[in-house]
Amino acid sequence: MEKFTTHTGVGVPLRRSNVDTDQIIPAVYLKRVTRTGFEDALFAAWRGDPSFVLNQDAYKTGSVLVAGPDFGTGSSRQHAVWALKDYGFKVVLASRFADIFRGNSGKEGLVAGLVSQEDIELLWKILEAKPGTEVTVDLEARTVHADDVTVPFQIDDYTRWRLMEGLDDISLTLQNEGDITAFEATRASWRPKTLPAKHLPSVPVEPARPVG
Amino acid sequence: MAGTLAEKVWEAHLVRRGSGGSPDLLYIDLHLIHEVTSPQAFEGLRLAGRPVRRPDLTIATEDHNTPTLDIDLPIADLTSRTQIDTLRNNAREFGVRIHSLGDADQGIVHQVGPQLGLTMPGLTVVCGDSHTSTHGAFGALAFGIGTSEVEHVMATQTLPLSPFKTMAITVNGELPPGATSKDIILAIIAKIGTGGGQGYVLEYRGEAIRKLSMEARMTICNMSIEAGARAGMIAPDETTFEYLKGRPHAPEGEDWDAAVEYWKTLRSDDDAEFDAEVVLEAADLEPFVTWGTNPGQGLPLSASVPVPSEIADEGDRVAAERALEYMGLEAGTPLREIPVDTVFIGSCTNGRIEDLRSVAKVLQGRKKADGVRVLVVPASARVRLQAEAEGLDVIFKDFGAEWRNAGCSMCLGMNPDQLAPGERAASTSNRNFEGRQGKGGRTHLVSPLVAAATAVRGTLSSVADLDIAGDVDLTTFDGTPLAPLAEPSLV
Repeated sequence: MEKFTTHTGVGVPLRRSNVDTDQIIPAVYLKRVTRTGFEDALFAAWRGDPSFVLNQDAYKTGSVLVAGPDFGTGSSRQHAVWALKDYGFKVVLASRFADIFRGNSGKEGLVAGLVSQEDIELLWKILEAKPGTEVTVDLEARTVHADDVTVPFQIDDYTRWRLMEGLDDISLTLQNEGDITAFEATRASWRPKTLPAKHLPSVPVEPARPVG
Repeated sequence: MAGTLAEKVWEAHLVRRGSGGSPDLLYIDLHLIHEVTSPQAFEGLRLAGRPVRRPDLTIATEDHNTPTLDIDLPIADLTSRTQIDTLRNNAREFGVRIHSLGDADQGIVHQVGPQLGLTMPGLTVVCGDSHTSTHGAFGALAFGIGTSEVEHVMATQTLPLSPFKTMAITVNGELPPGATSKDIILAIIAKIGTGGGQGYVLEYRGEAIRKLSMEARMTICNMSIEAGARAGMIAPDETTFEYLKGRPHAPEGEDWDAAVEYWKTLRSDDDAEFDAEVVLEAADLEPFVTWGTNPGQGLPLSASVPVPSEIADEGDRVAAERALEYMGLEAGTPLREIPVDTVFIGSCTNGRIEDLRSVAKVLQGRKKADGVRVLVVPASARVRLQAEAEGLDVIFKDFGAEWRNAGCSMCLGMNPDQLAPGERAASTSNRNFEGRQGKGGRTHLVSPLVAAATAVRGTLSSVADLDIAGDVDLTTFDGTPLAPLAEPSLV
């Protein structure tokens, strides 16, 4: 994961609340088995609308998304983060995020910063009054700067540290492998194991066919 | 120290307590895998040269984009086929147990765990699917994870997590006839909102919850995520133990006794403190339907489509205006007058045998409304086999419904089961987002009973709109036809 300290890029005002993961990337795009190449899928249903913000020249190259509350609700699909990143977004700002989306962002180096709704409104006004305005996000200072305005954002200390160091979670955890092995030795015998497999007798399943 | 159910399960899985702002490291008892959120995780393992640490705590099945017709033929959609082949190859390479299409244990991952007896009280259960909250109905701490976390669990059998807050949701009293656990959860979501549960584990409690069957409890916990919560839990009790006993992976002999003894301690202490509390009266509930494009936009069926100008909060008003435009609804229209094109009965929310029994009880001896497509998709192949053994499939087919193979199907439209643009569905699934069931499709979330009554009448309806006496128990199916009926078709 790349280290993140500050980023400056065009801010995109997305005046919608409850932007769920089906809007960020519809399920039909989830069939791919790669981690990249999802840029065309981002906001796929809305991209067909010429008035959609990302279809306006000034915002096309945006990399800082300023969204309404409850961004990323719905499914656990990490594809939502991949689509945002593949399009070029480095930062999403909102007053509330769905928990899983926020977690997924942190794993992928996408900064999900919590900004008060009042400050989101302020940023929207700036970005709409002067389309193409660049926004600077300083992760160390936890500030967002646009035009002549600087507002704070929140991100938890641990995620911030990992993003700034560009650290991979699995390597961090495996530093404690001894603890994991010790814990495993204490697990009660009633706790289930999937192997060896146990199941009811195997029965043939007849394929359904269309009627008529 | 007094603790909540969630805190007790958390503490029992602490591998390492975090310090100085770093998260706790939690052990994961059961990892469920499916084709959509796993390929990139397996690829990550391969690139790093890591094995799956505990294949014996891992199980895979195919559900999200499997077809529900012609399952013996190659999957027509090439990208779907590739994704499923990728899962099969990965399972083989990494030694993970898999239940593939055509196997009697294939099905929606959240049905497969419970029916095999793998889902138990006091476990930590994760899956790259937000509806993993379903397993919380057993008193497990179960939540959805992203693909990076899937890879993390595969590699380490643990997850770094910061503690959740806890919210008690108490549902007092008794449900009125025609109302179900689906109506309880839709009412809860409408009350606390789609973001109301963010950062919390919800614990459902109270008389109305205790009286629910295991499957009805699963419906409630399933939709915790629609309230923004990653997990929902219900303390285990005799209903839980009864469901589990004798299932293939349930503990046996001394292990069973030790397990039950431990499971009985898994309840929030009387003096445990929750970070938030919500109380509902079950007697006030009635069949609930959604009118908008998020699961919080729901109302009792007896209400009318809301008038946006009457909504005080600006954000809610704008969202409602947008939703009505997308849904093609006129403000003020009685919900009962909304006609549907499709009725979908299935999903990890309401595709289990009890759901199918209650639907069959309503549909038996009737015919579907003209022009309405009715799809019945069991949650798993076992559920399908059980339903066929009880003759439910005959009732569905006589009614004019399509009886399909198991999978997620039209809940999210990753397979061919989709709504066409502008089509309207009454759906027993869990999300009514724009385009969820197919691009341009319009979804009303409903209970199985409302879905059944709607299939009969063609407009959003409850069983009260049919000629069924109010005191009939619709949660069980024993083959007794409901009067007055045409010739019963149950064999």
